[in-house]
Amino acid sequence: MPKDGGIGASSKRREDVRFLTGQGNYTDDINIHGQAHAVFVRSQVAHGTLNGVDTADAAAMPGVLRVFTGADFEGVGSIPCGWQVTDRFGEVMQEPGHPVLAQGKVRHVGDPIAVVVAETYEQARDAAEAVVPDITDLPAVVDMKAALAEGAPKVHDDLTSNLCYDWGFVEDNRDAVDAAIRGAHHVTTLELVNQRLVANPMEPRVAIGDYAPGTGDSTLYTTSQNPHVIRLLMGAFVLGIPEHKLRVVAPDVGGGFGTKIFHYAEEAFCTFAAKALKRAVKWTSTRSEAFMSDAHGRDHVTKIELALDEQGQFLALRTDTHANMGAYLSTFAPSVPTWLHGTLMAGNYKTPLIYVNVKAVFTNTVPVDAYRGAGRPEATFQLERVIDKAAREMGIDPVDLRRRNFITEFPYATPVAVEYDTGDYNATLDKLLEIADVAGFSAREAESKARGKLRGLGLNCYIEACGIAPSNLVGQLGARAGLYESATVRVNATGGLVVMTGSHSHGQGHETSFPQVISEMIGIPEDMIEIVHGDTANAPMGMGTYGSRSLAVGGSAMVRATEKIIAKAKKIAAHLMEAAEGDIELKDGQFSVAGTDKSVAWGDVTLAAYVPHNYPLEDIEPGLEETAFYDPANFTYPSGAYACEVEVDPDTGKVTIERFAAADDFGNVVNPMIVDGQVHGGLAQGIGQALLEGCSYDSDGQLISGSYMDYAMPRADDVPFYSVDHSCQTPCTHNPLGVKGCGEAGAIGSPPAVVNAVVDALQRAGHSDITHIDMPLTPARVWSAMNG
Amino acid sequence: MSNVTMKVNGKPVSGEVEGRTLLSSFLREGLEMTGTHIGCDTSQCGACVVHVNGQAVKSCTMFALEAEGAEVTTIEGMANPDGSLSVLQQAFQDHHGLQCGFCTPGMVMSAAALLQDNPKPTEAEVRDYLEGNLCRCTGYHNIVKAIMAASGQDVAVAAE
Repeated sequence: MPKDGGIGASSKRREDVRFLTGQGNYTDDINIHGQAHAVFVRSQVAHGTLNGVDTADAAAMPGVLRVFTGADFEGVGSIPCGWQVTDRFGEVMQEPGHPVLAQGKVRHVGDPIAVVVAETYEQARDAAEAVVPDITDLPAVVDMKAALAEGAPKVHDDLTSNLCYDWGFVEDNRDAVDAAIRGAHHVTTLELVNQRLVANPMEPRVAIGDYAPGTGDSTLYTTSQNPHVIRLLMGAFVLGIPEHKLRVVAPDVGGGFGTKIFHYAEEAFCTFAAKALKRAVKWTSTRSEAFMSDAHGRDHVTKIELALDEQGQFLALRTDTHANMGAYLSTFAPSVPTWLHGTLMAGNYKTPLIYVNVKAVFTNTVPVDAYRGAGRPEATFQLERVIDKAAREMGIDPVDLRRRNFITEFPYATPVAVEYDTGDYNATLDKLLEIADVAGFSAREAESKARGKLRGLGLNCYIEACGIAPSNLVGQLGARAGLYESATVRVNATGGLVVMTGSHSHGQGHETSFPQVISEMIGIPEDMIEIVHGDTANAPMGMGTYGSRSLAVGGSAMVRATEKIIAKAKKIAAHLMEAAEGDIELKDGQFSVAGTDKSVAWGDVTLAAYVPHNYPLEDIEPGLEETAFYDPANFTYPSGAYACEVEVDPDTGKVTIERFAAADDFGNVVNPMIVDGQVHGGLAQGIGQALLEGCSYDSDGQLISGSYMDYAMPRADDVPFYSVDHSCQTPCTHNPLGVKGCGEAGAIGSPPAVVNAVVDALQRAGHSDITHIDMPLTPARVWSAMNG
Repeated sequence: MSNVTMKVNGKPVSGEVEGRTLLSSFLREGLEMTGTHIGCDTSQCGACVVHVNGQAVKSCTMFALEAEGAEVTTIEGMANPDGSLSVLQQAFQDHHGLQCGFCTPGMVMSAAALLQDNPKPTEAEVRDYLEGNLCRCTGYHNIVKAIMAASGQDVAVAAE
């Protein structure tokens, strides 16, 4: 029987009502009295010397309040990077400055040069066209290996080269891995590209700066996954506004997928300009602007080698990756190809020796940072592709090869510095074979063949590290932040309660799922519990929502705060019932004295806390409000197995996803309906990467895929109904809810399944020479592979 | 600036617009009806779909002046007269057909037009009809399921 509330129930989402009736409150829906409008003038070339900006004509146009250029920001801080990676020689990474508006040079198409602020949006847009930047073109570097070549044009003249860092992990294993590969029975090598993607949340970014001259308070409304982080980065490092004079609000946010984590120039600009003009300043990104100013994702070029013995046991793994940073270091960019990628290279397997080398490279392209999965999809893709290739080369069934190497005992310390607490990889694989009906594949293949189509089956496993992360650990790894979360639980006199959380919901449904947890703990209806998020004026601090961390870290903070509430409420109940505190039990919203029929209701206790007439004032304070900060003891490790079945049209190379199945272990699940939805969305993004999406630059650094005309987003008819299952549950051992996180799994686990399936289809059709095709597997690429 | 008059969700409205003002902008800025969303600038994403004289239209593809005298329905006009969710809206909630909610107004308006023309669409017809509506959150699974359910068709087997 499905539960009708609490943990494990598919409670319907309360936020849906406002979204379904047009009553959402997204940032662009906010209009502040007297606001002015900002339009950015951006570089149309990838690399050039900015000799000056002629703003005279624009400034004279109707409605224009002021035209800002880099000169206005000379005393303003650089947009900071939140993670410092140390290279394999012990040197810190090269870290260039990142001005709010270009100073002396432009470094990518879309680099902001000037901003027109006018009374209306139309006036600002018209005047922006009259701003004339004087740019001398410079040769651009786009290809990463070319950017590292001797004599290559430098993106940043003050750096020694375009190399951000050369990272080795685990550096002490380097020689042992080389030796193991040299001496192995079999080595499978694969070179591949994990292509650049654009996150594309459907809501473009928006920033509104506001300033109150009477108090000197600044407010920023922004489309962010983590308003407290923006307040800290922008306030402390860019604009020099102390946190108590700066409020950041991220109201309803229309999807994030990573790209709304980062602090952007437009946020700093609007906050700065509002103070300068003493009126609110609003900027709304167009989609075309988003393509050239939202941080991109992925963009790795990799060579991976897997050494095996005669029985197919993995002996060693070596991987060599070039990772594109783009023109500047976005907020968490350095961490993605290193600590979020290298630490996952063990996957689900007992590979004893692993060495990961990553060269991060500056190019004249949009900065690259975390996008759904962030490093873990790149790790999973190369690992699961090379295993499939090895299975084929050695004549071992790919499922069997994986099983032979599965980690089966937990906790398990990998050779890449993480310790998996729980998992059962055979269980999720068994479940996958069942829900994907792998046994029925042959019949379906025959049916496809009868229609002249090639059918293929691809499977893979994945593991990821979520719930980022223990602050002391990430501090050692270069993070310039702690990665705890906070929650304040405020109980009102009449028993309802409000949770102010530092987690942020931009589609994840926290307003529904978080109350389910508290409802379970206290035994009061979910509708007595309200979640408040997205405003630095409420939650004490918030590291925000990304890395599938909200329930595991933010939810845990909420549990800890609620435990404090319950402990205090029990003291009050004990006083009211003249019983010993240790004898008080709480169930279904009633406090009772163990072994007696005495009880008081939740509401009686909360009322007593605020009307303390009969109350132990000598022992405890009135009121019922508690705050907790939760710092996780480890990452969480969701895992699973995915299967994709494709049909390939041999005449056109078009790939159709016929079936997709996902068996995940997310540990405990609070709202199965929401979890299913998270997996569905991740799968579509992974399938999009595998078949459709790719951000493209020409050799001059011109952005080719600058709109939805050119960037192929997955549409409803590109994907099937998915078969998803999360009944295999090995609860996380170190957080109070036993949850692992589910937000990124679909995007991490699905690309290798799709590519494995296409290669399988082509191999079955006799194309034994085709062992890999780089994503996206467009008809042109697949057809070309088949036809030489 | 010119004056434009139309009916939106049954109510007569008018406003001063420039010739270049899009219907989507007039709804959002002129009438402060922000339920209609703008997700792109190339008429690809479908977040701005409304009904104009009963037809589903991307409101960013029309000038406000072209809607002179038209009957326009937006997401704000889709609930039942008592304010409760319509069958289609309720199906989106019941089947978790939305996450961040940004594409949702366009999805609901497109789906409503589909069901008007084709009350019992097949799964393939639903997917085909939604080609002009992008969603980045749901992977479309639960949107398709919700629309099928709103048409009175049981999709439990296909979808689970």
